[in-house]
Amino acid sequence: MRNPLSRNITRIQPSGIRKFFDIVSEMDDAISLGVGEPDFDTPWRVREEAIYSLEQGRTFYTSNAGLMELKEEISQYLDRKYSLSYNPRSEILITVGGSEAIDIALRAMLDPGDEVLIPQPSYVSYLPCTILAGGTPVIIELKEKDEFRLKADSLKAAITDKTKILVLPFPNNPTGAIMERKDLEEIADVIIENDIFVLSDEIYSELSYQEEQYTSIASLPGMRDRTVYINGFSKAFAMTGWRLGYSCAPKDITQQMLKIHQFAIMCAPTTSQYAAIEAVRSCDPQVEQMRQEYDRRRRYLLDRFRNMGLKCFEPFGAFYIFPSIQEFSMTSEEFATRLLEEKKVAVVPGTAFGDSGEGFIRISYAYSMDALKQAMDLMEEFIGELRK
Amino acid sequence: MREKILQYIEKNARIDLHELSVILGEDEAAVMNSLEQMENEHIICGYHTLINWERTGIEKVNALIEVRVTPQRGIGFDRVAQYIYNYPEVNAVYLISGNFDFMVTLEGKTLREVSEFVTEKLSTIESVMSTRTNFILKKYKDHGTIMVDRIEDERMKVVL
Repeated sequence: MRNPLSRNITRIQPSGIRKFFDIVSEMDDAISLGVGEPDFDTPWRVREEAIYSLEQGRTFYTSNAGLMELKEEISQYLDRKYSLSYNPRSEILITVGGSEAIDIALRAMLDPGDEVLIPQPSYVSYLPCTILAGGTPVIIELKEKDEFRLKADSLKAAITDKTKILVLPFPNNPTGAIMERKDLEEIADVIIENDIFVLSDEIYSELSYQEEQYTSIASLPGMRDRTVYINGFSKAFAMTGWRLGYSCAPKDITQQMLKIHQFAIMCAPTTSQYAAIEAVRSCDPQVEQMRQEYDRRRRYLLDRFRNMGLKCFEPFGAFYIFPSIQEFSMTSEEFATRLLEEKKVAVVPGTAFGDSGEGFIRISYAYSMDALKQAMDLMEEFIGELRK
Repeated sequence: MREKILQYIEKNARIDLHELSVILGEDEAAVMNSLEQMENEHIICGYHTLINWERTGIEKVNALIEVRVTPQRGIGFDRVAQYIYNYPEVNAVYLISGNFDFMVTLEGKTLREVSEFVTEKLSTIESVMSTRTNFILKKYKDHGTIMVDRIEDERMKVVL
């Protein structure tokens, strides 16, 4: 029989730390700090709106690009929050999570041989999606000394005449790093000069803990027309299971993305779209409450790590903290495996997010303060024993 | 800073000072001062424990009593209120807009204890015109806390 599989898909490697994940999933009584999704329930008013839409029998397909009412609300929300201006008729596309938006943006923009710059450590889908879209991934290693921000010189060094897209994954999973306005301005100059495009994954934009007003790269001069802005409802509104995200991009790009979306997906889930209208229209207070709670936990963890003498830069975004475990001279995976086996605390090895995550572990603080305290006490014991 | 502190300790009275200052990102001495001041000013009136008595097997009866009164010249409702709130059985007294004047919450050991209090003490206060007693059958949520069972964390152990 002929090989039924595509060479393109089989050459994508499954995660190297599969073994670690298998051990975690078998250990029922472990305290996990390994989850990249909010611990909060979706605000009740949002759930209630979804139930109401079902009662009303609103269970049909929506138009491919999504409900106009939702796109209009998103357009207003982006303007109010980030001073971004997108036309709901032609520039906003409702997708199945931010993940779909990443995939179809890359497919709409790449030709074989085009290079995509992917800063790492970062979320795991950019690289395989690039390959599936026929592009060539080029990794930029982010450094702890830069607080895992993307610097103009590392960007410049990675650009070739084949570079087409830069993926900008900030606020960052797994490091919690952010890009401030001045950081963005520096790289924007390089981007414009080299005529490349940006896929800005801002799914954690609401979860930013700095005084400074959050800035999206799309709001900088000259950047709007070369940026695909991606956001969604999963993180800020605690709506992961609803699978709802969106992209905003100039009309030409959106039209081509819509084509793929239309043929592969048809439309995002209708119930989720109705729920999201309520979320984006009236949940600012709930989002702010969750943000404040994450911020308290973030400060708590940072304080605990400092007291443990564990090196850790201060993260200002998302709900992750990324301490260094280099002093113990073992790999992230060894550290995480031993912590799990000896103390039953699950964290994610930094290498799950790229080779440059070696020497770090990702700790999620999407957990109750009680769980965090318990886990930190155990981790402190563990570190004490390692240092003996 | 006061609002920040109050918002947090309203739900977490037992947090220690160091931890409170860490999570609020404020100086420890400043937080301590602020707490002391707010206690002195009776902004912070106490640190209570929210107990779900239903789960203890210990019998408690709670009632909400609507009270209509004749306000007194010059002092309005305050004097009648004082007559009511001085009884230790009374948990709370609120002046209410609407069809009646006071909402009084009571806690007793038995139904009978509560009704005796209402008929013998509350109703006999001069200027109390009428009362209506509503017994609480089940507490679903109290002080912003849901009292009934909720589903556990069902998230997967690791999500990237």
